[in-house]
Amino acid sequence: MRHTLSVLVENNPGALSRIAGLFSGRGFNIESLCVAATLDPTLSHLTLVTSGADLIIEQIIKQLNRLVDVYKVVDVSEGEYVEREMALIKVKAEAETRAEVLRIVDIFRCKVVDVSPKTYTLEVTGPETKLKAVLELLRPIGIKEIARTGTIAMAREKKTV
Amino acid sequence: MAKMAGKQMVVEALKREGVEVVFGYPGGAIIDVFDAIDKDGSIKFVLVRHEQGATHAADGYARSSGKVGVCIVTSGPGATNTVTGIATAYMDSVPMVVITGQVPTALIGNDAFQEVDIVGITRPCTKHNYLVKDVKDLSRILKEAFYLARSGRPGPVLIDIPKDVQNGKAEFAYPEEIELRSYKPVADPHIKQIERACALIEQARKPIIYAGGGVVIAGAHKELRALAEEISAPVAMTLMGLGGFPGTHPYSLGMLGMHGSYCSNMAMANTDLIIAVGARFDDRVTGKIEAFAPMAKIIHMDVDPTSIQKNVKVDVPIVGDCKKGLSKLLKVLKEGGRDQETWKNQHKAWWEQIRAWEKRHPLSYKKDSNVIKPQYVIERLYDMTKGRAIITTEVGQNQMWTAQFYKFDEPRTLLTSGGLGTMGYGFPAAIGAQIAFPDKLVVDVAGDGSIQMNIQEMATAMEQKLPVKIVILNNQFLGMVRQWQELFYEKRYVATRFQVVPDFVRLAEAYGAKGFRATRPEEVDQVLKQGLETDGLVIMEFAIAREEGVFPMVPAGKATTEMLLV
Repeated sequence: MRHTLSVLVENNPGALSRIAGLFSGRGFNIESLCVAATLDPTLSHLTLVTSGADLIIEQIIKQLNRLVDVYKVVDVSEGEYVEREMALIKVKAEAETRAEVLRIVDIFRCKVVDVSPKTYTLEVTGPETKLKAVLELLRPIGIKEIARTGTIAMAREKKTV
Repeated sequence: MAKMAGKQMVVEALKREGVEVVFGYPGGAIIDVFDAIDKDGSIKFVLVRHEQGATHAADGYARSSGKVGVCIVTSGPGATNTVTGIATAYMDSVPMVVITGQVPTALIGNDAFQEVDIVGITRPCTKHNYLVKDVKDLSRILKEAFYLARSGRPGPVLIDIPKDVQNGKAEFAYPEEIELRSYKPVADPHIKQIERACALIEQARKPIIYAGGGVVIAGAHKELRALAEEISAPVAMTLMGLGGFPGTHPYSLGMLGMHGSYCSNMAMANTDLIIAVGARFDDRVTGKIEAFAPMAKIIHMDVDPTSIQKNVKVDVPIVGDCKKGLSKLLKVLKEGGRDQETWKNQHKAWWEQIRAWEKRHPLSYKKDSNVIKPQYVIERLYDMTKGRAIITTEVGQNQMWTAQFYKFDEPRTLLTSGGLGTMGYGFPAAIGAQIAFPDKLVVDVAGDGSIQMNIQEMATAMEQKLPVKIVILNNQFLGMVRQWQELFYEKRYVATRFQVVPDFVRLAEAYGAKGFRATRPEEVDQVLKQGLETDGLVIMEFAIAREEGVFPMVPAGKATTEMLLV
């Protein structure tokens, strides 16, 4: 099962490395990891996507909590939540494909953020599934480069981490 | 407030934490702190011969006394030499503070002379660690380090202090209390879980208490005994749990697991309720996990939630300090109104079964009148010390024979590397214990392999005038590995036979200590007597049966009922 964890961690040097080290050292897998500051500058918010059986996820959450720098861990995928990822995609756009690329941009509500005689660079945000779909459609046209952010997530409605 | 140099802050913090002794080794990057300790003059400094010895000595000091062990070493190789000792303490939850010198902040990251990222290296084997970048943070960090080391599930904490921070000045602001929003160990177990546990205990017909090192660490020795006696339940202990329940108590089944007693392992396999206290279901205890206690419900009490549900599925998790947890459990049980007679009757059939197992295969070995049996040496050591010594062990056969044949009645009397299995642990740990308890008898039981891993610390013991007694069970083999080779590798004794073994008696003499040797069974008593009665550091060497094994033995990965017996 895929789980998305929201982790609040002290904004200390080495904190991220402790978390990453915990995963590698214990043989857990990180599928995606995203870190940024929160409203409180002493805390960082980290969104971590991992997968495993329930017992493994329980261990991951407990082990994270055991780290002295970790303030809070919430498995947002346990309830309703929204998640987003952003990608920049540089795609081949020559005379015969330019229109097709724009159609896809339109359908998926992407943005063209850079244009050159032979390429478009698109910005696309959405859940991982949407990014996957866009990439699938663009691939036959010719993707030259992509950069992705990894997932960020938030529980819906009133719940906060 | 007048400003204080970082090096003085270290000394001041040590004093405020009640530290009386530090173990260590000097070097360029820590010279200032050493200087400050010397100038202050109130803290005893023990100079070891290798930084690994410093960490093990601090560890032995901590395990025997329950206080935080402290060691101070220099940067680079000094720091890396501590890693084995730190990992040892981490695995066995020993409170320790390790202070390492570091190159000046301006040089960090430049591959400076004797620079190493020790914070990076020790991240996975410390409870927490710090690189102090600003002297303004130092006093707070020192306080936090001691707090972290001893609270919750104890463990080693490392503080890496660059040379310029040691010499920089700031106000010494030592907090009275520590409030870390991200670190809140749960000490008081939840009453609901205690009640659920009691309900299970009341239903059980074949309960067993499975006690681990957490009992010793929490000082829950009396509470554990009270529980066992109240509900009339047998107690099996892990290696780390030995001494957590009196080994001579009729309810003690001794150790369980790979080299546990037949009775313990059979009882574990047949129980309907495991009451696990401060134990973590290590693979050396469970054997093949699918076959472990198949009919049992499990109550698991531990201060560290990660230990619960890590290896086995638990029915009632109780997160909290074992001393508090056991007291609460006992209180609620007593409120249930049953008397001890009722409990005894309820478990009568179970006890009959247990006594039958005990009778069928008691711990034993084949006696021999021609060659010294190691078990005999331990038995005699037990008789002569009347079980009142602090025993440290190395790792391997010597450790298991000690665990099997020396009965530990009191907590903190067996110091041994359980989790990491560190050869070379016992002797420096004995040094630490002897410093904590100058008037107690401290004996290191060693093999000829293990003792050679930190034998250089004999100089430390001599210098400090420590009367540690070393018992060497010499079979000129790495005995435990040899035992595996014998059983599972068709006796291909690859790299386990020593071609050269030193003359330990003369080695003792070379350090200015005393040495005695027994080569025949009838000499054992005399050598033990002589050794124990001689003042100062002593080596007692016993030429033991070369191919003696440790039994019972559960082969790795097998069910614990599949024991190889004598």
